[in-house]
Amino acid sequence: MAFKIVETQCTGCSACEPQCPNNAIYEKDGLFAINPKKCTECIGFFDEPQCAAACPIDDTCVVDDAYPRYVAN
Amino acid sequence: MADLVQPAIARGSGSKLLSRIKIEVNGRTGGGCGASSAGGKASCGSAAGAGDLDPEIWEKVKNHPCYSEEAHHHYARMHVAVAPACNIQCNYCNRKYDCSNESRPGVVSERLTPEQAARKVVAVASEIPQMTVLGIAGPGDSLANPEKTFKTFELVTRQAPDIKLCLSTNGLALPDYVKQIKDFNVDHVTITINMVDPEVGERIYPWVYFRHKRYRGRDASKVLTERQMEGLELLTAHKILCKVNSVMIPGINDEHLVEVNRAVKARGAFLHNIMPLISEPEHGTYFGLNGQRGPTAQELKALQDRCEGEMNMMRHCRQCRADAVGLLGEDRSAEFTTGRIEQMPVVYDLESRRKYQQAVEREREARIVAKRAEMEALAGEFSDLKLLVAVATKGGGKINQHFGHASEFQVYEVSTGGARFVGHRRVDLYCQGGFGEEAALDTVIRAINDCHAVLVAKIGACPRDELKKAGIDPVDRYAHEFIEKSALAYFREYLGRVKSGEIVHLRRGDAQIRQGAFVAA
Repeated sequence: MAFKIVETQCTGCSACEPQCPNNAIYEKDGLFAINPKKCTECIGFFDEPQCAAACPIDDTCVVDDAYPRYVAN
Repeated sequence: MADLVQPAIARGSGSKLLSRIKIEVNGRTGGGCGASSAGGKASCGSAAGAGDLDPEIWEKVKNHPCYSEEAHHHYARMHVAVAPACNIQCNYCNRKYDCSNESRPGVVSERLTPEQAARKVVAVASEIPQMTVLGIAGPGDSLANPEKTFKTFELVTRQAPDIKLCLSTNGLALPDYVKQIKDFNVDHVTITINMVDPEVGERIYPWVYFRHKRYRGRDASKVLTERQMEGLELLTAHKILCKVNSVMIPGINDEHLVEVNRAVKARGAFLHNIMPLISEPEHGTYFGLNGQRGPTAQELKALQDRCEGEMNMMRHCRQCRADAVGLLGEDRSAEFTTGRIEQMPVVYDLESRRKYQQAVEREREARIVAKRAEMEALAGEFSDLKLLVAVATKGGGKINQHFGHASEFQVYEVSTGGARFVGHRRVDLYCQGGFGEEAALDTVIRAINDCHAVLVAKIGACPRDELKKAGIDPVDRYAHEFIEKSALAYFREYLGRVKSGEIVHLRRGDAQIRQGAFVAA
């Protein structure tokens, strides 16, 4: 699994971007998105996914069901 | 201090115009939207003199429009919206707000990169010689975006060295950046402090994000208040002027703000700005949607008066937008969009700015002399009477605006002790050429209903009659004269008429605070 940012909810405030330990968050047309290949759900770094913890809008940084759960090596 | 982890620094993100990033933040605006009340005790500004302020502090604030009502007549400030991220959630703030005529604190039309912001500052300062102050106030939190905030300061200092810098913050990240604030020579910091007790705080802040963890409930407010107090103490220790903003939320923190006032005074804040909650339902904030009301004009003034004995209170805050540009409630931000600035020839002429400012100083001196003369005339009078008078002004310390053209009225309290600025009332323009004028006049009357008179440069026959009917005396005989001098002269006449039995002094009722910050008139 990876996290994704719900585009219609994102305000583009950038709060999440510097918090990602994997540099998985990037800006796209003024909003932000997560590169699923880089996202580790913050496992191994923090107790909670940082994008979701920092995001001002509820249910905006959410699990992306299109990918299997991330498993730590 | 807990741990010493440096907070993550934002990597430079985009520069695109973001119409969606309209963040409403009630109290957190102002890049130093500070200031003072007039006369008497609290007068870092309005008395046009040092009042009871430390001379060193007075020197720093006297030309700062956000710290002094009096300076607000002569000098302008601007905010640049380089800091979109925030690290806390407030119940008076809606981070998703997205509406084109938005006009409240925290709301901006475009987000700027530090480079764009610096160019904007230089362009505005070239165009408006009275622009003396740059503030970073959001639309998120300046210190939740430290790299962008300090980069902007660095670029501005290089190109426009005479501009004063200030920033506004919720204080959560403040202790980590006090040294940098000092190094960048930031003149003033404003912290929004709405509580010093987590039990009160949990009704204002649903969460804070701190050191990679989201805190909720009472824990969130505990972390926040500890960091705010630590930050304030560090600012004081580093001799950086600090103003405290508080949002007055009836039934939640209104009584408690007296305690907040004591706590921040004890830690060295030099000015306290208590602002009314903005909570229209259409703003979509938690408070707005849940029917939490803001205070009335009298409730706000009563609380400010209670705190005044403790320290200097600011009463001229207009809760402006995080990208506001201009003087005294006017907002010229629309003239300085990124697109327009790129086309503007920019010549930063330090010498002509200095000359303009010297001329302003002479005008300010004349205002003080006029007030002093009127005070001497009043010296023989003794009375407990106190009146509020509303004033229509375009700035410069004079009664120089037509009643129908005023988008705000300044309110002065006059007594034998002097004329004291106690606030301002925003109104919808009365004179818009025809439609809806009667309804607009009603809102004006409601906004200044606690005043005995309104001093204007000119007024039409119809509103004159309506005001009289409502018990407010419309006065145009002081047109284009200095405000305090005229307010005192009016008071002296009023006293004379009461004494001679010509009129009977009656108390006035309460007045309504118009919701929302200033927009371009």
